[in-house]
Amino acid sequence: MILADEGALPGGRLLAEGTEVDGRAGHVWAAEAAAELAALPNVRLMTRTTVTGAYDQGTFGALERTGLHLADPGDLPRETFWRIVAKRAILAAGALERPIAFPMNDRPGIMMAGAVAAYLNRYGVAAGRRVAIFANNDGGRRLGRMLAAAGVEVAALIDARPGQPTEPGFAVHSGAEVIDTRGRAGLRSVTIREGGTTREIEADCLAVSGGWNPSVHLTCHMNGRPVWNPEIAAFVPAEGAVPGLVSVGAAAGVFSTAGALAGGIAAADAALADLGRRASGMAAPRAEDGRYEIAPLWSVEGGKERAWLDFANDVTVKDVRLSAQENFVGVEHMKRYTTQGMAPDQGKNSNVAALAVLADATGRGIAETGTTTYRPPYVPVSIAAMGAGGRGAGFAPQRFLTSHAASVERHAPMIEAGLWYRPSYFPRPGETTWREACDREVAMVRGAVGVADVSTLGKIDIQGADAARFLDFVYTNTFSTLPVGRVRYGVMLREDGHVLDDGTTARLGPEHFLMTTTTAAAGLVMRHLDFVHQAFCANWDVRLISVTEQWAQFAVAGPKARALLSGLLDQPVDPAAFPFMACGPVGVMGVQGRLFRISFSGEEGYEIAVPARFGAALFRDLVARAETMGGGPYGMEALNVLRIEKGFITHAEIHGRVTAADAGLGRMVSAAKDCIGKAAAARPGMVGPGREELVGLRPLDPAAELSAGAHFFAPGEKPVRENDLGYMTSVCFSQIVGSSIGMGFLRDGRSRIGQTVRVVDHLRRTDHLCEVCNPVFFDPDGGRMRG
Amino acid sequence: MAELIALSPLAGHLPLTVGQFMLTEAYLGPIHSVAPLPGRRAALDAALLAAGLVFPAPCEIREGTGCRLVWAGRDLAFLMGVAPTEAVCAAAAVTDQTDGWAALRLAGPGIADVLARLVPIDCREGALPPGRAARTQINHMPGLLLREGAEAIVLMTFRSMAATLVHEVAEAARRVAARD
Repeated sequence: MILADEGALPGGRLLAEGTEVDGRAGHVWAAEAAAELAALPNVRLMTRTTVTGAYDQGTFGALERTGLHLADPGDLPRETFWRIVAKRAILAAGALERPIAFPMNDRPGIMMAGAVAAYLNRYGVAAGRRVAIFANNDGGRRLGRMLAAAGVEVAALIDARPGQPTEPGFAVHSGAEVIDTRGRAGLRSVTIREGGTTREIEADCLAVSGGWNPSVHLTCHMNGRPVWNPEIAAFVPAEGAVPGLVSVGAAAGVFSTAGALAGGIAAADAALADLGRRASGMAAPRAEDGRYEIAPLWSVEGGKERAWLDFANDVTVKDVRLSAQENFVGVEHMKRYTTQGMAPDQGKNSNVAALAVLADATGRGIAETGTTTYRPPYVPVSIAAMGAGGRGAGFAPQRFLTSHAASVERHAPMIEAGLWYRPSYFPRPGETTWREACDREVAMVRGAVGVADVSTLGKIDIQGADAARFLDFVYTNTFSTLPVGRVRYGVMLREDGHVLDDGTTARLGPEHFLMTTTTAAAGLVMRHLDFVHQAFCANWDVRLISVTEQWAQFAVAGPKARALLSGLLDQPVDPAAFPFMACGPVGVMGVQGRLFRISFSGEEGYEIAVPARFGAALFRDLVARAETMGGGPYGMEALNVLRIEKGFITHAEIHGRVTAADAGLGRMVSAAKDCIGKAAAARPGMVGPGREELVGLRPLDPAAELSAGAHFFAPGEKPVRENDLGYMTSVCFSQIVGSSIGMGFLRDGRSRIGQTVRVVDHLRRTDHLCEVCNPVFFDPDGGRMRG
Repeated sequence: MAELIALSPLAGHLPLTVGQFMLTEAYLGPIHSVAPLPGRRAALDAALLAAGLVFPAPCEIREGTGCRLVWAGRDLAFLMGVAPTEAVCAAAAVTDQTDGWAALRLAGPGIADVLARLVPIDCREGALPPGRAARTQINHMPGLLLREGAEAIVLMTFRSMAATLVHEVAEAARRVAARD
């Protein structure tokens, strides 16, 4: 059992009203009850905890002030946001006292009667030297007696109800109303109207009670609407509005202490019975059982000055009437017209009074007018509380490569790729810009050998008799024909026909494949494959699992790549037995690894994988060996240049709106078989003229710097949206070409190769003419890759 | 010949003592995923039985001699402590997951209060008793939980997230310890 109480001590109004329970002061009884509960092993007392919302299946949100109230909270969080799942819930949220709208009712010194009582009984504070009371219920008289008994002078009880009896300790004005107040810095006097006459009463505090509104908020969080109860002139919770939740006490409109205690016991018994447990049969403690006598009074008529309803948003009775006059007669419209009940108020203070005024102005009843919608949270919840300490670097999980420490030691700036941190480039002494380091690394790969950590790429292990069939289904091209020990490049589509991802898949055995995905789409592809498996071919003999984290994988690329690896592997690489797109198990200094002959750089390239525990050591070893051969590590910048020079795509190109044909991969969609997305990719508009197609771009002026995000226009056309022909997706400076180069999507681009387009970046204010070319700038025949 | 030095996922991060809580790296031995292949379930059950194991029901941990078979998802279990036999490999899709997971053992009185700050499911002993496993989240990370005892649990997440795992658990433990 959890007892959540927004107060620092449990007990609610027992702490403030001076009521007796079982012959003891209410607060003493509450403290004893709380101590008894705290001693029970199966009860959790959560004080300073406000239940903020009711959600599906017995779920509640709660905000605890954990260290917020402490001068030195130490390691305590300021607040804790709790999610509580309860089989049964009892709402004993009490009631909120409501003000009366009378002229000039927002002067300092005018406060709720309940607050004056709490100051007096709980904190021993007199709210004023001479206190006047304005009420429409018996609470006013009760407060007067408490104040008088404590020796506080009571100026008068102004009771709006006629025919009230006199009182020995103070003057009682029956059928009277406050129609004005005075006092510049604080209340000095109130003017009352009694019968036909007015009089001024000196007072530095005016305690006001317009009755009580049950705290129905939580019962409305699942679309329940509260029900008007004319007997107490208030809304009460609709029964069953939140499944499993029962309201008791003042929250249910039961205002006597005895009634609240009896209701609480009955609700607890019922909840226990629902859960198949027996209650101990607790007798209700003795307590007052007075009737709640009230005559509704929402606003005082006839004053000249403004009468406030919503003190936070400065909404007056007149504003609500104007709303009705302007035909904003619905309660939700009135709220928007006046801002009544918004922001800090949240319907707690002014709601019922305002809608009563609206009901009066429109000639409807209060029940018919209804309330606005109570939504969670009941109190403001800081985003920090929900974030639970997730800030700065702790905002999201950080994924580190096994080579991370070695890269940082080499002063590589790490850039975020999703949750991963990858080295941008590896600066050498004397290099002052990233471009210098990048150019050197590119030349190093093209001329000798480079090493890059590519472990971030997704790796999905696929096994089973139907594994090949499954790959044929998800890839546009065919994998069932792939021999064991070989790798094939594949493209997969979403169901809507656009490219989802690309990558290579290796056949490790007759029924065993290893798919690689891009870094960006690793999770997405895993989810897609799981969905396809479960939704379309659940009975196929195929099993999928991510092995991304199991393997540390490094690209070793360049003319000296094979020589480097041969010094490292238990058996040297034999190019005849291990041609381009071969794969197989290898021994790496006695460790079982895997070798793939694939290339994302255009050079003779290998990817070597070892179990991740050896990743850090292998990276250092590879880099050390590469450096003796005139090579070294390369980062993301160089990797990007190498792939753009080769026209290889990344998610900069396959960004979700391109088809395989757009990306120049149309021939990879097998005509001989079906695959996910194939039918959708053939829809009108997805094919045919007018599509933006992948092309290369080379500036006519070699000194021009291209930028990704620039748009294409025909030379001579105005560079405005209507004339847009496409956009640049990737750019780099290519030493081999001798200029900036780019890739982009150009309308009917492949038929424009050889033509000139205008490339305008409105954001960076650049404007260049470019030649449209084949996106493969370097070694178009692939001779270098094949070795 | 030179040798490649192996590093465990949490090397350099642990052990850590936070208030009444001990955070240590859990060395679980080899971990292999075992996914029964359709039509070979009987063969798999026989192969497992030979090793003294039974394929676990959801959320179950089956203990064997020097090993355990942990439910890890739909049609999936992780064999920890020993390498799978050839008979198991023939009847199921098996992958090596040994290096893919960082495993942190959290021990001390009140671990459920620490987990309540990180894990969306009920981790009190009544709901997650010793011998049970749960596939859930550890704050924003994917997690596999192995309840070992009343005051001990192993939290597993992707190896690359090891630093965040330690940070999150230590931070939660600090917040809970501060309440005493």
